[in-house]
Amino acid sequence: MNPTLFRALDRPVLPLYITFKLYNQIIMLASERLDLTFAALSDPTRRAILARLAKGETTVTELARPFEISQPAISKHLKVLERAGLVSGDIDAQRRPRRLEPKRLEEAADWIERYRAIFEQNYQRLDALLEELQARPPRRKRTKR
Amino acid sequence: MPKPAEVTLPSDREVRVTRTFIAPRQLVWDAHTRPELVKKWQGYEGWDMPVCDMDVRVGGKYRWQWRSREDGQQFGFFGKFTEVDRPSKLVHEQYFDPGDADFEMPTGDPCIVSLELGEQDGVTTLVCNLTFASKEARDGAVSTGMTDGMEHSYTRLDDMFEAAA
Repeated sequence: MNPTLFRALDRPVLPLYITFKLYNQIIMLASERLDLTFAALSDPTRRAILARLAKGETTVTELARPFEISQPAISKHLKVLERAGLVSGDIDAQRRPRRLEPKRLEEAADWIERYRAIFEQNYQRLDALLEELQARPPRRKRTKR
Repeated sequence: MPKPAEVTLPSDREVRVTRTFIAPRQLVWDAHTRPELVKKWQGYEGWDMPVCDMDVRVGGKYRWQWRSREDGQQFGFFGKFTEVDRPSKLVHEQYFDPGDADFEMPTGDPCIVSLELGEQDGVTTLVCNLTFASKEARDGAVSTGMTDGMEHSYTRLDDMFEAAA
């Protein structure tokens, strides 16, 4: 491990710098697996299925009930979710209950949250600046600090 | 208080950050394009921003550099503006400049950073879209030695957020 890097990280680090490190993180995680996860999460029906499964395991028949689409269509969505590791169950067994697999979902959420937090830090400073600028309209000559 | 930033991944090459600000769009635009304002929020405690040159026009260049107050290490970003439609859209190509900070970072392909601002009832919505050159560029930029450091920085970050909460 690079000692310089460790030293740099032992104090508050510039968010943009960490953002760049997160670019690398995307590369590490977003390869195949995270790609699959996010692709699976990009569809509203599949998100609704996950939301239903979050309440407890259930069968394909039960899953299809609240949606205005056919059971085969639900099965197709389930296949995508299963490939992404978000749901477990055997696709051929209609009556076998499907379960949410929270690990992958947590991984994705965790990554997003870290990324979000870095931007949020920067933007909170921007909030403060915008407030200051509005409270004290710019004069011809700006005071420097 | 504005809603916290939201992050989505529209495709395998993109990251999108959405945030609202209780301020007119022009002001948010200024905060992104006027160096004396950029310096005030794009920074961090303990780091100065001695270089903030921005020639905000199509083809114009920019260079941002930060310097640690503690040991003088520097690093930054640079690139050029490819789209300037004030006060609603700003696109630039972003390269990482490792400076003398000795960080192993990809320096080849740029990240395309697109900033879009919309205003409604005095509230400005910012959409910042980051697009990588290609999946290959992304994969080629992997620096295996970074993993430990990343985890370490995340832990630091988590600590910081917990302390702030």
